[in-house]
Amino acid sequence: MFGVGGGTSSYREIEETDVILLWGSNARETHPIFFHHVLQGARNGARMFVVDPRRTSSAQWADRWLGIDVGTDITLAHAVGREILAAGLENREFIERATSGFETYRECVQPFTLEYAERETGVPAEAVRELAHDYARAGRAQLCWTLGITEHHNAVDNVLALINLALLTGHVGRWGSGLCPIRGQNNVQGSGDMGALPDRLPGFQHVENDALRAKFERAWGCAIPPKRGWRLNEMFDAMERGDLTAAYVLGENPVSSEADKNRILGLMQGLECLVVQDLFLTQTAEIADVVLPAGAGWSESEGTVTSSERKVQRMRRATAPPEGAKDDLEILFAIANALGAAWGRPDPEALWNELRSLSPMHGGMSYERLERLGGIRWPCYDESHPGEQFLHSRLWADPLIGPRAPFSAVEDSRAVDKLNAEYPIRLTTGRRLDSYNTGVQSALFPSPLRREETLDLSPEDGERLALQEYERVMVRSRRGAVTAPVRFDPGLRPGLAFMTPHFPDQVDTNKLTIDAVDPKSGTAEFKATAIRVDKIEAPLGGD
Amino acid sequence: METNANPDAPDLKIPVPRGPVPDVPRRERAAAVEMTVDGRAVAVPAGATLLDACRQAGVETPTLCYLENLTPVNVCRVCVVELEGSRTLVPACSRKAEAGMSVRTDSERVRLSRRMVLEFLASATDVSTAPELRGYMTEYGAAPDRYGNGSERAATVAQPVKIDNDLYIRDYSKCILCYKCVEACGEDAQNTFAIAVAGRGFDAEISTEYDVPLTESACVYCGNCIGVCPTGALMSKTERDMREAGSWDEARQERTDTICPYCGVGCTLTVHTQEKRIVKVSSPLDQEVTRGHLCIKGRFGWQFVQNIDGGQSPGDERAASENDA
Repeated sequence: MFGVGGGTSSYREIEETDVILLWGSNARETHPIFFHHVLQGARNGARMFVVDPRRTSSAQWADRWLGIDVGTDITLAHAVGREILAAGLENREFIERATSGFETYRECVQPFTLEYAERETGVPAEAVRELAHDYARAGRAQLCWTLGITEHHNAVDNVLALINLALLTGHVGRWGSGLCPIRGQNNVQGSGDMGALPDRLPGFQHVENDALRAKFERAWGCAIPPKRGWRLNEMFDAMERGDLTAAYVLGENPVSSEADKNRILGLMQGLECLVVQDLFLTQTAEIADVVLPAGAGWSESEGTVTSSERKVQRMRRATAPPEGAKDDLEILFAIANALGAAWGRPDPEALWNELRSLSPMHGGMSYERLERLGGIRWPCYDESHPGEQFLHSRLWADPLIGPRAPFSAVEDSRAVDKLNAEYPIRLTTGRRLDSYNTGVQSALFPSPLRREETLDLSPEDGERLALQEYERVMVRSRRGAVTAPVRFDPGLRPGLAFMTPHFPDQVDTNKLTIDAVDPKSGTAEFKATAIRVDKIEAPLGGD
Repeated sequence: METNANPDAPDLKIPVPRGPVPDVPRRERAAAVEMTVDGRAVAVPAGATLLDACRQAGVETPTLCYLENLTPVNVCRVCVVELEGSRTLVPACSRKAEAGMSVRTDSERVRLSRRMVLEFLASATDVSTAPELRGYMTEYGAAPDRYGNGSERAATVAQPVKIDNDLYIRDYSKCILCYKCVEACGEDAQNTFAIAVAGRGFDAEISTEYDVPLTESACVYCGNCIGVCPTGALMSKTERDMREAGSWDEARQERTDTICPYCGVGCTLTVHTQEKRIVKVSSPLDQEVTRGHLCIKGRFGWQFVQNIDGGQSPGDERAASENDA
């Protein structure tokens, strides 16, 4: 946000804040150790709000749960913003000094009254008002979100709508006040930091900035394409057009993890050449022309990863990869050497130092300092710099340093996959405590919590459909159908269903999901699928 | 950002300039409290305990129920010291230091008390997997046999080991009721409250609600109870199986700190390896993200890097050697 892609605050700050707002996050199950810090904050007296369609185990800890209808986050955020303005609780001084676009934003949120919000989001007007007043009045407030905000067709707009609230109240760039996207994978932050984005070089340096690109070209002795590349969804579209014919997939399992599986599988099978580098023969690896067996980054490699608090930490090799498998770096170097690049043997520390020489925000992070300090938060410009515990203190500097932080008058819009009489139930997806993504890693340890994948329904819907718990039902969306046993979850409201992507071999949830993609982030709307649930009249097989 | 662009929004192609280093509030520096430990003068910050003062004076003090990442419950009484002017011995782990205090840690009264605490514990419980406690017994000359031997033996808490899931076992014959697991499961870390102390007196024991198996309890298998257990009463099933097979050998184990492969919180994992295979995962107590605590995936979810045929225990040397071949 505001030009750098990372959460603003450290975990310690959530223990020392006054209001904790978890929006679209079930951190109790998906980020359990982060939630330890949240609970410490609550014990220290913070008031906690959870915005989630489900009454999750996180929501059960909240002072106030706002049970929002799936896909109405912008409506709710705008209504909170409007109420803050209507009550005169905005931080005028901060808005005038450090932001831009306020008047347009104010006009944009005018129609979002409490009554309108209640009607559209399902959240009682009084709860919206309480959230608005408590957030705005708090001395410090942390706004945290995860995939409940970003797995939508308007993911970036959702995020911008939340950022508006922090700008309105001055809850950013100060100790204890900030915006925290809690990242879902151990190095998704680091991947972005390193330039695994279509428009950025390492350190978020824009590839279309000629001076920055020239710096890399000089260091690497080669020409870098001057225009941004494709996002994942654009790659699939390019496959469809025939413009993309070869793919090299590292540590991803798109055939299982992407929405609208049938389409993705067809596109990947249609490639002229598919190379997959992975620990396992995943569903994607199964259709590859070449599979390169890789070692496990966290325990079989040397390097660094970056966490949700922007902390760069050392990853160390504890065991060797099994015979036949190689460390990712060794594979990449071997391929480069085979292509004639003469890279020699990989040296993780030398590569890191090369990164430090090119990415100013990593400049001060020598291996020696990372070891000694147990990790450093970026930006860290030189070896005398401590790293930044929180970002954007420049917005409070007098005079302001750098550009103003922009309000975004984002338009509201509803989920793409509409509910109707044929598909009347809203399916949303997420993780369970003991499992992870498509289950490639987590399915291999004997978790006592694990049970077969189910379609979770509200007890009321179960009764209405005359279902017994654990009865196998047919689940259909406009794209595909799966069968699954049902389970009743009192944390779900009528009309809302829940599934996970953890067991694609049992229940292929992503045959149902829609690949309605956010054009700004490339993320599909995993969180909002329209489904129907039907009894299976004749039992399958002989059981 | 084309569609709803704010005309005043900054150009993303231009790097944001460097701002001032953010001002992080310093944790308040408490005033110093001056006192003596075994005649040596020490100064500790206000709020520090006698244990902190002892450590500062370089005096080793045994502890069983105390841990840096838990709130002291002062139940084991092995850390007691003699405080001038106090009728009774006081627990160092929780008694706050006050100006002018004079503490003796090595008096005959302290040694006797510590020895008897250790003898009582060791006469009633199996301390075979509690190396620290056994070290204290040697140091204080504890002889639990004084309380009976063989058929004359004192009453014990011996009972069958509870093995009701694939991740960890509970062997309450080894439990000294230090409460650490209850604290870690409760307010000090996990806030799951799956276990508490049930019963009174000699019959007191750690129990799930209504003593149901873990699989029917509120347990979420974070294993933070194992992480704090000082006697091996709580132990991962992998470690237990290897011990049963005689293959667990800490002297041959190496520890490597790395970062958990699952979510993006960035928990430090200490990977314990023996013969190049992972046998255990823990987390350092002084790590600011975890404070020694992990979740089920971090503590137990490592088998995917070596369980090639799924499910076999690393304790099974035969299976292990086949895998390595």
